[in-house]
Amino acid sequence: MAFVLRALANGSDGVFIGGCWLGECHYVTEGNYDALSMMHLTRKVLELIGVNPGRLRLEWISGSEGMRYAEVMNDFGRQLKGFGPIGEGEGLDRTALKLKFLAVKKILPYLKLVERERLRVRFKTEEEYDNYFGSDEVNSLIRELVGEKLAISQITTLLATSPLSTREISDSLRIKPAEVSRHLNSAARQGLVRYDESQKRYAIA
Amino acid sequence: MTEKNLIDVLVVGGGISGIQASLDLANSGFKVYLIDKSPAIGGKMSQLDKTFPSNDCSMCIESPKFNECSRHPNISILTYTEVGTVKGKPGNFKVTLVKKPRYVVESKCTGCNICAEYCPVKVPDKYNQELSTNKAVHIYFSQALPLIPYIDPETCLYLKDGSCAICEGVCKPGAIDLHQEEELIEVEVGAIVLSPGFETFDPKLRTDFGYGVMENVVTSLDYERILCSTGPYEGTIRRPSDKKHPEKIAWIQCVGSRQVTPGGNSYCSAVCCAYTQKQVILTKDHDAGMEATIFHNDIRAFGKDFERFYQRAENLPDVRFIRSYVSVGKEIPGSKNVTIRYSTTDDGVKEEEFDMVVLSVGLNPPSDVQGLATTFGIELNKHGFCKTNPANAIETSRPGIYVSGAFIGPVDIPESVVAASGANALCSELLSYRRGDLSKEREYPVEKDVSEEDIRIGVVTCLCGANIGRVVDTPSVAAYAGTLPNVVYSEENLFACSTENAQLIADAIVKHNLNRVVLAACTPRTHEPLFRDTCREAGLNQYFFEFANIREHCSWVHSKDKEGATAKAKDIIRMSVARAAELEPLQEFELPVNPQVLVIGGGLAGMTSALSMANIGFEVYLLEKENDLGGMARRIHYTLDGFDVQPHLKELIRKVYRHPSIHVYLDATITDASGYVGNFVTTVKTEGQTKVINHGAAIIATGAEEYKPTEYLYGQDDNVLTSLELEDHIIRRDEKVTGSQSMVMIQCVGCRQKDRNYCSRVCCNQSIKNALKMREMNPDMDIYILFRDMRTYGLKEDYYREASEKDIKFIRYEPTDKPVVETAVEGGRHILRVTVTDPILGQKLAIDADLLTLAAAIIPAPSTQSIAKLFKVALNPDGFFQEAHVKLRPVDFAADGVFMCGIAHYPKHITETISQAYAAAGRAINLLSKDTVTASGAVCEVEENDCVSCGACISACTYGAISFHDTPKGKKATVNPVLCKGDGLCNAKCPTQAIRLKHYTDDEIFAQIDASVPDGERTQCPGGAGCSGCGSH
Repeated sequence: MAFVLRALANGSDGVFIGGCWLGECHYVTEGNYDALSMMHLTRKVLELIGVNPGRLRLEWISGSEGMRYAEVMNDFGRQLKGFGPIGEGEGLDRTALKLKFLAVKKILPYLKLVERERLRVRFKTEEEYDNYFGSDEVNSLIRELVGEKLAISQITTLLATSPLSTREISDSLRIKPAEVSRHLNSAARQGLVRYDESQKRYAIA
Repeated sequence: MTEKNLIDVLVVGGGISGIQASLDLANSGFKVYLIDKSPAIGGKMSQLDKTFPSNDCSMCIESPKFNECSRHPNISILTYTEVGTVKGKPGNFKVTLVKKPRYVVESKCTGCNICAEYCPVKVPDKYNQELSTNKAVHIYFSQALPLIPYIDPETCLYLKDGSCAICEGVCKPGAIDLHQEEELIEVEVGAIVLSPGFETFDPKLRTDFGYGVMENVVTSLDYERILCSTGPYEGTIRRPSDKKHPEKIAWIQCVGSRQVTPGGNSYCSAVCCAYTQKQVILTKDHDAGMEATIFHNDIRAFGKDFERFYQRAENLPDVRFIRSYVSVGKEIPGSKNVTIRYSTTDDGVKEEEFDMVVLSVGLNPPSDVQGLATTFGIELNKHGFCKTNPANAIETSRPGIYVSGAFIGPVDIPESVVAASGANALCSELLSYRRGDLSKEREYPVEKDVSEEDIRIGVVTCLCGANIGRVVDTPSVAAYAGTLPNVVYSEENLFACSTENAQLIADAIVKHNLNRVVLAACTPRTHEPLFRDTCREAGLNQYFFEFANIREHCSWVHSKDKEGATAKAKDIIRMSVARAAELEPLQEFELPVNPQVLVIGGGLAGMTSALSMANIGFEVYLLEKENDLGGMARRIHYTLDGFDVQPHLKELIRKVYRHPSIHVYLDATITDASGYVGNFVTTVKTEGQTKVINHGAAIIATGAEEYKPTEYLYGQDDNVLTSLELEDHIIRRDEKVTGSQSMVMIQCVGCRQKDRNYCSRVCCNQSIKNALKMREMNPDMDIYILFRDMRTYGLKEDYYREASEKDIKFIRYEPTDKPVVETAVEGGRHILRVTVTDPILGQKLAIDADLLTLAAAIIPAPSTQSIAKLFKVALNPDGFFQEAHVKLRPVDFAADGVFMCGIAHYPKHITETISQAYAAAGRAINLLSKDTVTASGAVCEVEENDCVSCGACISACTYGAISFHDTPKGKKATVNPVLCKGDGLCNAKCPTQAIRLKHYTDDEIFAQIDASVPDGERTQCPGGAGCSGCGSH
């Protein structure tokens, strides 16, 4: 996930992951199943930070499917052109974008833990993965376990540059003011931020 | 002048087969001389553009082997050399070699090619099939080994009349010696491998094809050169007369093959159907609008994956396969187009005009084959190929002299390579007593310590002839690379992989004190070992080498967008340079090799491999799932070429049981297999016991089965048999057979269809074999063979003709209109009525038969799946075992230390199975004759301080390479580098990045990712100084 985020944070408009078909992995560890889970989780994270999850695409293409590879790449290229440059397409400026990716990077070890403890599944078909990661159960799990953590990470990353008001945070991160307040309260409880009365702004604790 | 030389094996002929034989022999501990009469090794394969069915670039997969030969301490290459005399006996032949004068002193020449530039004489270029010109002095082809010119005495002005000697004057090193004389070299050798190759059929001999008269009629080998980027037109398809792009090309099949008319060959050349399909596919790749027409007889797609390859060609737009005999008509004055007359059942006789005609010429024995036979004292068969024994096609009639490649008969590259590796097994049996006596080890200079040095990266941009150079603007790419951080040296290179140019890279490492090398060229899959070796030779750790693939990833796929491709090449190189700066020196592990071998399957294939390995001196464990040895061969009694199978089988079984070094386990099932190359551990249940076998290599020879048909009343009517059942009835002189007056055979039952999209290769021959036997027993019987394509490839074509002559009736049917079988009573007799459409008359034909034989498919054995899982090896889409490379590694698996042979690989004839069994043994010897194997340095390691003992890595690694060990700070994960395969899954699971995969570390990959976006365009980091950050600012 770190590699994907690094590329997007650098300004790449999309990341393509190619792999061997499920069941055809050259390694007995069959890491392509893990890659599929990780791709779904990464897309959820992109969604949470307001980046089009379509910018990450995974396809199974075997060594002998040169034509298919070309088709997929052309299609992905067209798709990305439709999305527009990263950030612009999402209505995020480059600074906000970089900050958001930095915020994700900070909680990566936590994300790995969530994946291992709550999302580690092994199905046979791609469809089962799609259904699982599209299910209400997983979506609410991700909201609960990742959503808040990620929002607070974004807020603290932003506040590290300078103290800001709720409104300013909301504008920068494109998170609704009400949610920003909620996350700020919770971050304050955890002792991560404090309200600076003199500046009438929130700052890093 | 004469010299005395003592060597183990002399390999005569430096084509792919001779090269492979030399490498296998040298790697098994023998000292080898590889000689070729041409000025360079490479043979016919070096002239091909691509190889079917994978369409690999032929030179690209062959030339690394040139290098391997030339760098091998136990192979000496002598080109432009022929054999004078052969005396003596196995183990002690005395051979005189005649080294022809090339008029260039090899030790002085640098391969600079200045002589050719100044030479005033233009001569037709033999390498390019005389479609372009070269000079009287020239290098045979640009990747030639040795990269040394030769002077053609026929055309050199000095050698003709002493009127020139310009080359002598311009050659700075003084390498030209116009007075050079023939040199005689005496060698004492233990054994000889003959791999003289083949000649293509010369259609000039028969004026009716217009070759040599009409300019736009070319042979298929000419066309290979036309297609090739190093060919006369640099890879653009042009026709000889006006160098225009032809828009309509015809191929004529079976030119010089399957012809009994004078000047032709009666046999089938076996390779032409597939190479034509390849040429059609490549032509359409070059120019999608080209119209291709193939005039053919049977389509003989009998090889592995050939059926799919044929379908691929057939389904391309504007491609017509027309089944018709043809004659070349006339050349149209002016346009120089050529007309072809042909006939189809629907339209009758037609004459059509084509821009260009390609003659799919067959394979002839080598030129002066009679002289060759006399020199070596061997016998030839009636076609002029080497006379061999069906029980061992690698032996000639003279003991101690073996044969490989197309001198055995018309065969494709994989069979040539198989025979080469097989020759290694046979030579090893003969010479096992002296193995290792003459060979020596490769020595490398001491590796320099660069840890205190600044990073100094050298970038070499390879043009790959025209493969890269014609698309990517390499001068600008090389100049750009020179501006990148840490790059101190950047050069272009025409063919980095040629031996001389690889040496230039090694020299540059030393001269410019480089400590990282980036090669922008082709793929690490084929070429990384070579260039890692180049680094080692220059005293640089081999993991400081980095490949930037600007061919497969760039020039080949973006050939139509030169600017875009050039920009992308720069991107790719920038990323590689960034990664190279982060590379670390790594050490490889030497692992001990257990010299025992496990052979799975006690059929003909497995037993042949086992016996050969045991004769060489290895301990062999042979597993058989049944309660006796023999396998499928028990059901085969005779072959078309007159091989009496059962006595051979009986004798083989006896030898295997009696051999003290072969341990046979019957009723055997493998319950577990673990370990790795050199050190496998396999658990076997056998006759109520459990045995654990430690072995260094495994040969999988688990065979295949005959399909049980559900078609054509099989199983419902007792008079419907499969081919193998018929053979059994014939042998027993069963009344069913002797009493029949009429028999029908239906071909392609259960294969060449959607769910089994392959040809079973052996069935056509099997049917003809049985039909001839039936004819022998009953001269008056009516025998019909209903077929789709008769695939009596190679020399077996003669038996097809014999069958026709003996009034066995062949009726072609279409898969869309299969024969229909019903039972009937005719004149009180129970019969089988077979209805089939007569292709000539177009009418239904009803044949009343007493006996119906179905040529049932060969299908993978049920155990194939589980064996594949146990040994972690791959299967092809049809369920047969998948070799590592279809052309050049036909008996190896991608998994190291595991080999295959027999019909578990693909259906094949007994003689082919035996050759393959020797080949598997020959390959396994390569491994087992060494004390150690080397394991990669690119494995995982744990930073214990960061390890939180969570065990995430341990549960991810199904190789069992990671475990906890106790440390003063508690349990910590640790990696067994021998078991680690370097897939890196554990890295992705570790929450603290405590485990890293060497050679693919986060730092290395981040550097590469960061460099993927050029500096100016990268999104800048918002974090100021002191930001813990992402590292990208």
